Amino acid sequence: MSTPRPRRTWRKPPAIANPVLRYSVFVLVFAYLYWAIASLPFNWDRIVQGLPRAVRIFGSAFPPEFARSQLMISGFTESIQMAIIATLVGVAISIPVAIMAARTISPRPVYLLGRGIIILARSFHPVIVAIIFVKAVGFGALAGILTLVLYSLGFVGKLLAEAIEEVDYGQIEAIRASGAGFLKILVYAVFPQILPRQVGLSIYQLDSNLRASAVVGVVGAGGIGGTLMNAFRRFDYDFAFAILIVLIGIILVSEGISGRIRRGIA
Amino acid sequence: MLKITDLTKRYGNGELVLKGLNFEIEGPGLTAIIGSSGAGKSTLLRCINRLVEPTSGRIVVDGVDVTTLRGRRLRHSRRAIGMIFQGFNLIDRLSVMENVLSGRLGYVSFAQALTRRYPQDDVDRAFSLLERVGLQDYVNKRADTLSGGQRQRVGVVRALMQEPKILLADEPTASLDPKTSQQIMSLTRELSDELSLPVLVNIHNVHQAKEFSDRVVGLRYGTIIFDGTAAELDDDALDRIYEGTAGRGEQGEEPVDDMAIDTRGVAPS
Ligand SMILES: Nc1ncnc2c1ncn2[C@@H]1O[C@H](COP(=O)(O)OP(=O)(O)OP(=O)(O)O)[C@@H](O)[C@H]1O
Ligand SMILES: [Mg+2]
Repeated sequence: MSTPRPRRTWRKPPAIANPVLRYSVFVLVFAYLYWAIASLPFNWDRIVQGLPRAVRIFGSAFPPEFARSQLMISGFTESIQMAIIATLVGVAISIPVAIMAARTISPRPVYLLGRGIIILARSFHPVIVAIIFVKAVGFGALAGILTLVLYSLGFVGKLLAEAIEEVDYGQIEAIRASGAGFLKILVYAVFPQILPRQVGLSIYQLDSNLRASAVVGVVGAGGIGGTLMNAFRRFDYDFAFAILIVLIGIILVSEGISGRIRRGIA
Repeated sequence: MLKITDLTKRYGNGELVLKGLNFEIEGPGLTAIIGSSGAGKSTLLRCINRLVEPTSGRIVVDGVDVTTLRGRRLRHSRRAIGMIFQGFNLIDRLSVMENVLSGRLGYVSFAQALTRRYPQDDVDRAFSLLERVGLQDYVNKRADTLSGGQRQRVGVVRALMQEPKILLADEPTASLDPKTSQQIMSLTRELSDELSLPVLVNIHNVHQAKEFSDRVVGLRYGTIIFDGTAAELDDDALDRIYEGTAGRGEQGEEPVDDMAIDTRGVAPS
């Protein structure tokens, strides 16, 4: 009952329409990969020599040694305290900075200053920042806390500023139309809208700070990272392994809790 | 009450959106502003409470020229001008009562606002207005759990909490179904009468404009082209307001008559 129709085929058009260009890109990418791998200083002899050592290290890590739990507990307690304090302080500072750095509600110079602070806080990896703070204020938890405060400020500040820029402007206008000034507008029209985001980010940051606190400890900024580093230095691989196991456990637990809380408030 | 003189507005370096408006509202009553999309109705309303900066001209509200005010004096002048929005613009995550009390933000201190400790008079006024619009059972409900009609009632109450001298409404019923829209318009009309409050309403629905208003102002490309009573708004006047523009608010588009989509091979056999 229907007339036969010509068969029509369809293929997704290639991302790069020009075939010459398309194949040149392929060739260039493979040439680069070959060059990159060939020129990296893999020294096979050393890798082969190192293998037995790796086996020895892993061998002596078994069974993990939990006897020095006192040392471990004090290290982890310090790390967790560092993470909590740094999250509280960092998030508290990030709120005014985020307000400054929100283009939609701050005047241009304030906006640029706010963005500048955030960019500065984000420009170095926590380990580099920790090395600098250890030099500045000495070994120990203070350097670690300062590092994590800066880390929290950069991350939470940036995302919170974006959240503020995305709020429903109609709500701001309604509050402004009632004769409210800047602070009242913040409290009534902006904060309620960013609250879920704010809580989620803070919990996420606590989680991240817990991880990072172990890392910055390695360069002398206090916490379990220092204990871990000392264990390696003294060839106590079994103790180091025990620390790693507990660390993984703590991170899993904190990840589970924070995920559940963030889902709860969404 | 409200006197607008030679008001112009342009956004950035664009065309003039308002081209030298003059009009005056002397006393209570509901004035409808009609005109096609882009005529400048919202711009006009938003100039009055300075959500938009006028380019030139004078706007005098209750004896005060609001066009030059800044800072605290601007905020104080805004207290006298209530506003209702098309999208309600309630604070979704706050309760009905908090939304209503936010109408007092221009009067209370920051500490009172932050802790929600409003003066007893404000709380009394909030309760009685909520009762007046039938929302006494929703005091502690979150605003985003209400229906559109209920939300706009909260919007009306919030504006009235300001004890305004004039009420502005920018298409207050455009997001509502026809029946609810009618209810909100009659509520606005009644409250205007009860409180002897002048109300300025932007509206696309010409029938409602005629039914509820004392006076109709027709805006066309930033110029007042009609200003008279609802009875004087005849077809001829409507033609002058809407002719050659995007089209009358209540007229629908021609429906697409047949959809020439071949369903062979898709339809169940
Ligand atoms: N913030 C703005 N920036 C630039 N141009 C604007 C802005 N707001 C409005 N306009 C322009 O001003 C003109 C009038 O807009 P306005 O919103 O006042 O019209 P309106 O009569 O309220 O229309 P509608 O019935 O669609 O709400 C339009 O051409 C619009 O594009
Ligand atoms: Mg409009």
